Amino acid sequence: MKKNTLKILTVLTGILISVVSFAQQRFPRPDFESDYQAPSLIMPEPRQGFMEYIDVFILFIVLSLTTWFVLKRRSRKSVLYLSIFTLIYFGFYRNGCICSIGAIQNVTLSLVDPTYAISLSALAFFMLPLLFALFAGRVFCGGACPLGAIQDLIIIKPISLPVGVRKALGLIPYLYLGLSILYAATQTDFIICRYDPFVGIFRMDAPFNMLVLGGSFLIVGMFVGRPYCRFLCPYGVLLNWMSSVSKKHLTITPSECIDCKLCEHSCPMDAINKPVADPVSKKKDIKRLVFSVALIPVWMLIGGFILSQSHVYLSKANRTVKLAELLITNPELKNDPDHIDVQTFLTAGKTMENLVEEASIIRQQFYWGGWIVGGFLGLAFGLIFSRKTIYRHRKDYEPDKGNCVSCARCMDYCPVGKPDFDTIMKQIN
Amino acid sequence: MKTKEENKTLERRDFIQSTARISLALCIGGLGGLVASKSKAGDYVWQIDPFKCTQCGRCADECVLTPSAVKCIHALQLCGYCDLCGGYFKPGVMDLNTGGENQLCPTAAIKRSFIEEPFFEYTIDEDLCIGCGICVEGCSSFGNGSLHLQIVHDLCVNCNQCAIAQMCPSDAISRVPADKAYKVKGDFTNT
Repeated sequence: MKKNTLKILTVLTGILISVVSFAQQRFPRPDFESDYQAPSLIMPEPRQGFMEYIDVFILFIVLSLTTWFVLKRRSRKSVLYLSIFTLIYFGFYRNGCICSIGAIQNVTLSLVDPTYAISLSALAFFMLPLLFALFAGRVFCGGACPLGAIQDLIIIKPISLPVGVRKALGLIPYLYLGLSILYAATQTDFIICRYDPFVGIFRMDAPFNMLVLGGSFLIVGMFVGRPYCRFLCPYGVLLNWMSSVSKKHLTITPSECIDCKLCEHSCPMDAINKPVADPVSKKKDIKRLVFSVALIPVWMLIGGFILSQSHVYLSKANRTVKLAELLITNPELKNDPDHIDVQTFLTAGKTMENLVEEASIIRQQFYWGGWIVGGFLGLAFGLIFSRKTIYRHRKDYEPDKGNCVSCARCMDYCPVGKPDFDTIMKQIN
Repeated sequence: MKTKEENKTLERRDFIQSTARISLALCIGGLGGLVASKSKAGDYVWQIDPFKCTQCGRCADECVLTPSAVKCIHALQLCGYCDLCGGYFKPGVMDLNTGGENQLCPTAAIKRSFIEEPFFEYTIDEDLCIGCGICVEGCSSFGNGSLHLQIVHDLCVNCNQCAIAQMCPSDAISRVPADKAYKVKGDFTNT
């Protein structure tokens, strides 16, 4: 019924709009004889401006507290309570917007679009977690990220994934990061926000497919620790880099590791590195390393080639390109009164040449963007590949600084320094 | 006890790590500085320009909220208070009364109340309005265009990327500074 009315109206106004412009007062305001007063129009104001600085302040406090909890207090319980607060405040109260993950796109857009000025709070949301990661590891993931918190709270029976699967899936975030920057830079879309699986849950309102996506992430997340953080989150890539060289990082044991193996399976994110025996031959390793580093430019070229060749498909997400393609392949659509995009384009008075030119500029951007993003992916792949060949002597159980999300679970498993530890050790000896 | 060689390895590792740390810090510092130089205080909100809006009806469907945060608002100072309202009645309606079969609005969100002969006041019940813009289309085509769509900011969750803006065929939705959140029609010139 509603569709029919819409159809009739579109036809009617399609004709009408082309004839009349609505910017005219056809009927003058009447002079009322009665003492009628028109009620004044009051529009509700948006959220107060200073509130966003309160958000930044709370983020800073939460990050500092997490740092203190994992480095000094060494308490899983405190981190857990803090992540519940984060879930309630940044998740359900603030509806998951703005978040540090999505802020990548705002930063990108502000770099390429001269008319867009990023708000200071969005910039702070982007910078603060990275700076903290540089000094204390990924404390953001552990305590201050609502997406991390919701996944962390539902881990029931985590299974350990094979290394190969982990490494392969671990490449997806690089692709996602590259594509999200490409789409933000071409002003096509903010894909991180559009495909955020949990924001629908935070808002308690979402399209059906988003709820299905969010729900399946939560179901998988019961058995695979933090699937979004490990195998999708584009911000995690940046945090991983920062955290790998962080000045301080949480340690499993407060003093000396006694190799008791109690923590071995404690990490649901498989982020604990086991002790490694001495290498068989160092010479062979160096050869392999040199070979894999020499391969990096090849990976970069392959990546750049593949993505730049697929720029036609990638650019289909852009509205201008999509419309131009549609009108070139189906010119008869110009006579279809029901096609909203085509009809709006025709009444707007832009010429077909203009549209095609705009679309081809955007396509060129995708072509060169494809080379850059593909090169970046090749570089990431090459570096991960070469890093596997570097031998690293390790005597103790240590958290993997890049992948550890500072949830502090492993600390509870370590017997060193626990109240009864010394007496038990004495008895054993 | 650590051997001399182990110490050397550790020193080298520390050196590489702190070099990498400092260069990464410089990188994000530089990026932050670059972005901060053109950042501004104050938040952004989404706004519909009623002069660009073509009432396609997508505001009702594309918003992440159900019902949409886009609502029809009525700039009464522009209204002609017509008996035969192009935004209220279906085209070609026989009897000018409030019967459901005569109303354009799919949710009957427009209230028609008699003021004096022959004038009627039309107000919007925001709780019922779904932002489909059908009345806006009628009002703009046959009347003064006093009915128009706006994003209502106590409902809007201010997504980083507005899902409606992404689908809007006439690019009528854009980011604006929060202190100029609304573009309410008050004049017939687009200023």
